[in-house]
Amino acid sequence: MPSFIDRRLNPKDKSLSNRQRFLRRARGELKRVVHEKIKSGKIVDVDAGHSVPFPLDGTSEPSFQADRSSGRREHVLPGNKEFTAGDRLAKPGQGGGTGAGKGAASEGDMEDDFQFVLSREEVLDLFFEDLELPDMIKSSLKEAVTFRSRRAGFTIAGAPTNINVGRTMRNSFGRRIALQRPKLAQVEAIAKEIEELEAKHPKPGSASSERLAKMRSELERLERRRKVVGYIDPVDIRFNRFEPQPLPNASAVMFCLMDVSGSMGEREKDLAKRFFVLLHLFLKRRYERIDIVFIRHTHQAHEVDEETFFRSTQSGGTVVSTALEEMQRIILERYPSQDWNIYAAQASDGDNLAGDSEHCVNLLNKEIMKLCQYYAYVEILDERESAIFRSTDNGTSLWRSYRQVGENWRNFQMTRIAKPGDIYPVFRQLFAKQPSSAKNG
Amino acid sequence: MSKSAGASDLLFTGSDWTFDTLSRTYDAIKEVALDDLGLDCYPNQLEIISSEQMLDAYSSNGMPLIYQHWSFGKHFVYEEYLYRKGRRGLAYEIVINSNPCIAYLMEENTMALQALVIAHASFGHNHFFKNNYLFRQWTDASAILDYMEFAKGYVSRCEERYGFAAVESILDAAHTLMDQAVFRYRRPPRISSAKEQARVRERLEYEEKIFSDLWRTLPQPRQSEDTTEAEMEAQERKKALNLPEENLLYFLEKNSLILEPWEREILRIVRVVAQYFYPQRQTKVMNEGCATFVHYTIMNMLFDRGKISEGHLLEMLHSHSNVVFQPGFDDPRFSGLNPYAIGFAMMQDIERICTKPTAEDRDWFPEFAGNGDWRGTLLDAWANHRDESFLLQYLSPALIRKMRLFALDDESKEKHYQVASIHNERGYEKIRSSLARSYDIGMNQPNIQVVDVDLLGNRHLRLQHTARDGIVLSESTRDATLRHVRRLWGYDVSLVGVDAEFGNVLYETSTDKFAG
Repeated sequence: MPSFIDRRLNPKDKSLSNRQRFLRRARGELKRVVHEKIKSGKIVDVDAGHSVPFPLDGTSEPSFQADRSSGRREHVLPGNKEFTAGDRLAKPGQGGGTGAGKGAASEGDMEDDFQFVLSREEVLDLFFEDLELPDMIKSSLKEAVTFRSRRAGFTIAGAPTNINVGRTMRNSFGRRIALQRPKLAQVEAIAKEIEELEAKHPKPGSASSERLAKMRSELERLERRRKVVGYIDPVDIRFNRFEPQPLPNASAVMFCLMDVSGSMGEREKDLAKRFFVLLHLFLKRRYERIDIVFIRHTHQAHEVDEETFFRSTQSGGTVVSTALEEMQRIILERYPSQDWNIYAAQASDGDNLAGDSEHCVNLLNKEIMKLCQYYAYVEILDERESAIFRSTDNGTSLWRSYRQVGENWRNFQMTRIAKPGDIYPVFRQLFAKQPSSAKNG
Repeated sequence: MSKSAGASDLLFTGSDWTFDTLSRTYDAIKEVALDDLGLDCYPNQLEIISSEQMLDAYSSNGMPLIYQHWSFGKHFVYEEYLYRKGRRGLAYEIVINSNPCIAYLMEENTMALQALVIAHASFGHNHFFKNNYLFRQWTDASAILDYMEFAKGYVSRCEERYGFAAVESILDAAHTLMDQAVFRYRRPPRISSAKEQARVRERLEYEEKIFSDLWRTLPQPRQSEDTTEAEMEAQERKKALNLPEENLLYFLEKNSLILEPWEREILRIVRVVAQYFYPQRQTKVMNEGCATFVHYTIMNMLFDRGKISEGHLLEMLHSHSNVVFQPGFDDPRFSGLNPYAIGFAMMQDIERICTKPTAEDRDWFPEFAGNGDWRGTLLDAWANHRDESFLLQYLSPALIRKMRLFALDDESKEKHYQVASIHNERGYEKIRSSLARSYDIGMNQPNIQVVDVDLLGNRHLRLQHTARDGIVLSESTRDATLRHVRRLWGYDVSLVGVDAEFGNVLYETSTDKFAG
């Protein structure tokens, strides 16, 4: 008898820590790939696993290897059909000594299309890396949705603690009636009669002795039937069924507003996108259902799909209030504020038509901020400008006007960003307080 | 035998396995293996694992536990990719040279496959591990698992204490030299983990005890100008350091000037692992041939005794013939000689020569042709050979003809290959020795040795590559590897390629010429 060990139930991720080491090693390359993907992909897709090409940088394992194209070797091969000693065969490929070198080449090819899947956690880790988020925030963003068990009907299998007695007894009762299980009283009445008859010591052959025999066989029949048709049968048993249910969450809608006039270049759009992605992740943590609405504007605003939002440019002037009006229209039309938590994120380089900023402030103060849970405005600066503007309240007309809004509303956040690390502070306020107290006049 | 009695003798029916049938089958196989074939095995431990665990085992060289390093993660990701894409199937089993002998059986295998695998791994490989002289001399089956546990713990303690980056850089460097980290000729000392730890502790304590800063202030002896004396010194120095030294990691571990004690210990761990796997690399053909022959013979014997049904035998034979399939050189599926195929064919050929020799066999193998004792002959061959010597002694003309082997001369400067010999009277000897040489690791791996080091001067470490048949090293990996050697040595390292035949210098490279 050998010793068998069943290892199938052992933890599976034995090589997980080696995998983490490997990812750490290839971090730079993987990060570039993930950011590339986030840049080209959709906002909602960030929060998932991604397949990435195998990183080659920094993961080679060199060793002393013989050079395939030098020297002289002898190969012994099977399957000779027609050769005799002295035959000459052309080498495959031009000039180079391949032959047995084929193996090395094909391995190289293989690594080209070699993709492997990064899990959601790993992708988020890479995404968060230069956003400079505090660790607590990182972990709360990665946190999975919590479920609560909720009663949902009955089931025929389950743990004994979950037996539903009422339902089980009802089934049992119905079955006993249907199958005519003899009642205990019935059996006892016959037993009593038998006892009485026996007490009289009837003569064999007499009517009462016949009756006694009949009663006895009747008793036996009833008892057998009681045994066959059980009081409770496994088929009667019902268990309470529980269904994991995500904690009740209201729905949220996220408005992405962006200036797409010519002054917004590739860099500005990339920064804006990261900002939108981050807001989406924050919201996703809190809400079960999130809609995203993309509104782009020049001197007029349109609702567009994500692809158009980030890709195409439009020529024209810049009138910010058109976007706000469009947003207000969509809210009234599709997202009543009593059913939806409304979040807005606006990215712009700060340009606006002279005089329009006042109009924006009015719109925000009077209309939009009453509807919104949160409104974040980021102004994307040039790296050089950022040094000048960072500390002052001076700035573009839009910035100066929005400052008035910021003073009035606690749930209005604004910041200037020039690099990815600047994005997070916009959200700090959002996390500092509970959603219930977010609204404040 | 009546039909009903035969049916009741079957070890198992159907394709699902249970621990019951596994155990019954194991006992039946054991009976045949020990009593009939006369195998001598370590006690067996059979572990059932899932396919994911099999992938895990792949990435750690088949060891049940190994220290942590990113390269294992890389291999895992790669193997997983091949598996998921369906480019490569998983092995049915993995077996570990340890005492007790651990064999992993995949849970997905059918009962017939499990029987095959048990015969193959738990008896074939197991016997080979226990009896082959290379394994007996160079590995310590009873200590390896303890040692790996020690190694894993030691590396992770080092990571805690000195940081991931430091440990990783040492392991990276050590891994590049794994092929140059074995003693080929000298027998390595035995290991045991308890002693190992005590030794580490003692060494550290001793070094702390004798440390005295005063020694540093002593005046150095004046350097002699006399050249002959300098030469003498070089001789002395080489003698003191035991040069030339083929085991680069051993040399660096003992003599590097910059390594911390824990870094030396890590080099030692890598070296021990490399040494442990060295016999396996030298006996691929024999080891697989032995195991394949054992499972084939046992399964047929069990069938003859009516313990396995025809259907199951056919299923086993199907897997068996997949394993020993050898496509010809011009077949698109060809990827070199299959060690299973050639090993199994040779074992069968030996059996044939022992029992039904032809005149030619009597001519070539007078020692055992027709002796009738194929069991004894095979046991003897398994115990006392490695691939190179085995092929050189036992490859018969009949098999060369059957496999239609031919030797191809490949001079890299030429535009053509030349067929050197084919399966004819003049070619047998040549093909046989040429094939044997291709399985000699000592001949095929670059021979690199430490030849000199000037400990008192600029501490330059000199390596020499003795190039056979004009085969030099591939430059990109050579220089990358040298950088790692420099990391371990701490000072510049140079490598000289010398032609083995003529002694002329083929190339010369040194880390002080590299940028960065």
